[in-house]
Amino acid sequence: MSALRPDLAVIAANVAPSSSLLDVGCGDGTLMAALRDEKGCDARGMELDPANVGACVAKGLSVIQGDADKDLAFYPDKSVDYAILSQTLQTTMRPDVVLEELLRIGRKAFVSFPNFAHWRVRLSLLWNGRMPVTRLLPVGWYETPNIHHLSVNDFRALLKERAIDVEGCWFLSGDAKCSPAAANFRAEHAVFLLSRKT
Amino acid sequence: MATARILDESKVLELAEPLPLDGGQSLPGVRIAFEAHGTLNAAKDNAILICHALTGDQHVVSNHPKTGKPGWWVRMVGPGKPIDTDKFHVICANVIGSCMGSTGPASPSPDGDPWGMRFPVITIRDMVRAHIALLDALGIEQLHAVVGGSMGGMQALSLAANFPDRARAFLVLASTARHSAQNIAFHEVGRQAIMADPEWREGDYYAHGRGPEKGLSVARMAAHITYLSEEGLTAKFGRRLQDRDEKTFGFDADFQVESYLRYQGLSFTGRFDANSYLYITRAMDYFDLAEEHGGRLANAFTRSKARFCLVSFDTDWLYPTSESRNVVHALNASGVPVSFVELSAPFGHDSFLLDVPALDRVVEGFLNQ
Repeated sequence: MSALRPDLAVIAANVAPSSSLLDVGCGDGTLMAALRDEKGCDARGMELDPANVGACVAKGLSVIQGDADKDLAFYPDKSVDYAILSQTLQTTMRPDVVLEELLRIGRKAFVSFPNFAHWRVRLSLLWNGRMPVTRLLPVGWYETPNIHHLSVNDFRALLKERAIDVEGCWFLSGDAKCSPAAANFRAEHAVFLLSRKT
Repeated sequence: MATARILDESKVLELAEPLPLDGGQSLPGVRIAFEAHGTLNAAKDNAILICHALTGDQHVVSNHPKTGKPGWWVRMVGPGKPIDTDKFHVICANVIGSCMGSTGPASPSPDGDPWGMRFPVITIRDMVRAHIALLDALGIEQLHAVVGGSMGGMQALSLAANFPDRARAFLVLASTARHSAQNIAFHEVGRQAIMADPEWREGDYYAHGRGPEKGLSVARMAAHITYLSEEGLTAKFGRRLQDRDEKTFGFDADFQVESYLRYQGLSFTGRFDANSYLYITRAMDYFDLAEEHGGRLANAFTRSKARFCLVSFDTDWLYPTSESRNVVHALNASGVPVSFVELSAPFGHDSFLLDVPALDRVVEGFLNQ
């Protein structure tokens, strides 16, 4: 699975074989196809862009065109082992509601997002006084799909507030991993594996 | 290799047993006209059943015998096409109630006279029962896929619900799991236009040399509007005048759109039986898949092990995206693998029949799994 984007590779490596999953915002289905082909998973997807849905269907994947903010409500409770949201949280209208939906639909949830408190972002804002445009956040403020910027610590605070358990977390800087303690400063991407007791 | 090969002309199957109908009656002497293209493999597992729409027929790729026009889905079906007859054995059967070779109101009843209005009211599920009888006769236990647009999609959904083991995949285009009040209303306008025509004669017009052509023509005109989008009509006709520079202050077809609709209506009467139009629109109006399954659509698919793909079009107001989503949510609730996409196309409901390259990719991708 070396061809996968680093955060997807982390998710792929930590999904149990033969499990069922829903990939919300699945793009062209790269992660789903890898999990189906290499781990025998029953992968379903949701994707906003019709061209991407078409690409998924052509790969033999079952993907529904839909919007994470509106269409997750139609999935039954605990209907998959994993609900996956990779680099989509920060683009949703209500990230907290989407997060709750993931944990309702999946027994566990993988969530990955770019860390807006990465030192490069901080430096850029501090020095230039402008909203950062970096390698990771290449789009200007007025046309970025990222409408809810968050940091690793913001996300941790939300998890605590909502009594969501962290089963695993991975912090990426390029292809390298960094420690949880340094993550809010050093990590470009974060991946969390979440669950909720009850 | 022992492979059956059916030649490219229309075949007719006559059922040995009467066909039981939802209305409680049985239909005797049922004939099913069908076409098949591409080779059926030895395992008989590469067959695709294409279900046609309201006024469609089995001539999916062959020229229509009455109009001489190419088959209604030549752009989708054929060698190297998205529904590839080099790979698949493609079957398309005329629905019962129709008038292109399968038993319908114009067919002779047991007393030798045409059925007329004595023909029993049929349902979408009755049409599907006839398809199943055809598959039985052809020795095809399980289809690779069932494909249908509009009323063909209703047949595909009904087949999935009632005969879940007979196909591995269902592709449903621009369709719905039930007719809405608006759908029924438009059909009722068409039926009333036919029945208001004195030439209809309570459906007993076959011996009179002419039928309710004016009524059928008006029915087709009204229906045709529902197949197009406002955007498409405006782009095609706008308010442009037909072969004249000024309005005539009369009731000729001043506008191009009037002339077009009149032509569509008139040419339709040359190829379609008015009573068939009554019966098939009735079958569509009666269609409500949830009602057949305790009022809950998800119950219709609980036995299904097949894959599904639904496609809607953003300009289709006859069977809008919300209707497809309704089916998708039901399939999802049953845990059935389903894909869904709303494609953008300017042609309204008819988009599934027209040049929409994104549709070709979805159809080909879904069927080649």
